[in-house]
Formats: sequence, C-alpha cells, structure tokens
Amino acid sequence: MPRPRPKSPNMQNYRPQLTSVLSFGHRLSGVALSLGAFGLAGWLAAGASGPEAFGAAQALLLSTFGRAVLFLITLALFYHLCNGIRHLVWDNVRGFELREIYLGGWAVVGASLILTLAFWAWGLA
Amino acid sequence: MTTRTISSFARARGLGAAGHGTSHWWALRVSAVALVPLVLWLAVALAGGAAADHARLTSWLAAPLNSVLMILLLAAGFHHTALGLQVIAEDYIHSGARFAAAGVIQLACIAGAAAGIVAVLRIASGA
Repeated sequence: MPRPRPKSPNMQNYRPQLTSVLSFGHRLSGVALSLGAFGLAGWLAAGASGPEAFGAAQALLLSTFGRAVLFLITLALFYHLCNGIRHLVWDNVRGFELREIYLGGWAVVGASLILTLAFWAWGLA
Repeated sequence: MTTRTISSFARARGLGAAGHGTSHWWALRVSAVALVPLVLWLAVALAGGAAADHARLTSWLAAPLNSVLMILLLAAGFHHTALGLQVIAEDYIHSGARFAAAGVIQLACIAGAAAGIVAVLRIASGA
C-alpha cells in the first residue's frame, strides 16, 4: 500500500517567523471575526426585541468577561483590517521585496495595536 | 520544463478545475474593499457611544444612512465570512466532510445576515 502523501500545514517542523505568524494570525482573526459577526447580528436582534433584551445583552457585553472578549474581537478586527489592506497591496504585485514584507508586517502590528488602544481609550472616555 | 495541467481551451477560458475561475477570490477582495469603510464607520459610531443604551441605539439605527450602512455591513461582512471560512475548511479538512462544512458555513452565514438585517429593519421601522 502506498504511504499517504504528507498533508499541509506541517506546523510541527516549521520555525515561527513574523511572516508565518502574521499569516496564521490573519486566519485566526478571521475566525474570531466570524464569531463576532454572529455576535453583532444577535446584539442587533436583542436591540430590535426591546430595552429589556438589549439591557441583558449590554450587561453581558460590559461584564469583565464580556469586555475581555470584546477587546480581543476589536484587536482581531483592527489586525484583520490592517493586514487585509497589506494583502490588497500584494494583490497589486507591490511590496514583495523581503525588506518591504517585514516593514509592512511590523507596520500592521503597530497600527492594529494603536487602533485597538485608541478605540478603547475613546470609547471609555 | 512546463507541465500542462489544463487544456489550452480551459486556460483561455480561465475557469480552472472548479469551473468558476477566480470568482471566489475576486468576491473575497470586493467584499474586503467594501468592509474597510464600513467597519471604520461602525468603530467610530460605537466608540462615540451610538449604542450606549437602547434609546440611543434605536435613534441612531433609525436614521436612514445608518440603517443602510448597517445592512451593507451585515451583507458584506457575512459574505466575506462565508468566503473566508470556506477557504479555511478547504485547506484544513481533508475528507469529504469539507463539502458538508462549506454548506453549513454558507447556510449559517445567510441565516446570520438575515437575522441581522431583519433586526435593523425592525429598529428602523420602530417596530
């Protein structure tokens, strides 16, 4: 019987680097935002149901656990937004020099952290 | 040396093995571009307290521009979600279950978008 071909991804023998970590982060944040999209729809449905249901939803979202989840969702949102723009630049066959790829990667890390902190600083002000 | 995997006719039509060419990839990009201003609009509105309580949420979403933008956000967002999750399922699920997964993903995203859009319409109509 032929040995089955190896299947991608082979994470166990892959040394992490900025490029691969950000690539995986894009997928991970995308999955988190998928849950966030259903959360947004549920939150709107609670709002449509009336003040009582919306108050219950807000109480859940503004609890310590809720705020922690919301913080991670906003971090995922701003990261996926910034790295998505990086992908759109690549789609135009720009920025493929190794130096540009690392520069863009660190810029995305910085921008997504700054946007997340700015959102919460503004929101809590 | 080049290896030809598809016929010249198929290459010229540009539709590839799945028969729908780059349409999935392109729809992912179009929805991504639409989502850039839409998510920034939502982030600015929420940080500014547009939904701080039920009265503010309803008056904010009842404004026609805001209800239209929220419906567009839900449509583009759930479309992008369905396309993106399907790619992940196709990459990591190696059995035939990936077809079932793709179906579940698409149905769930259509349901999520419908629930969200109906909620916006109910708020906008004051129901």
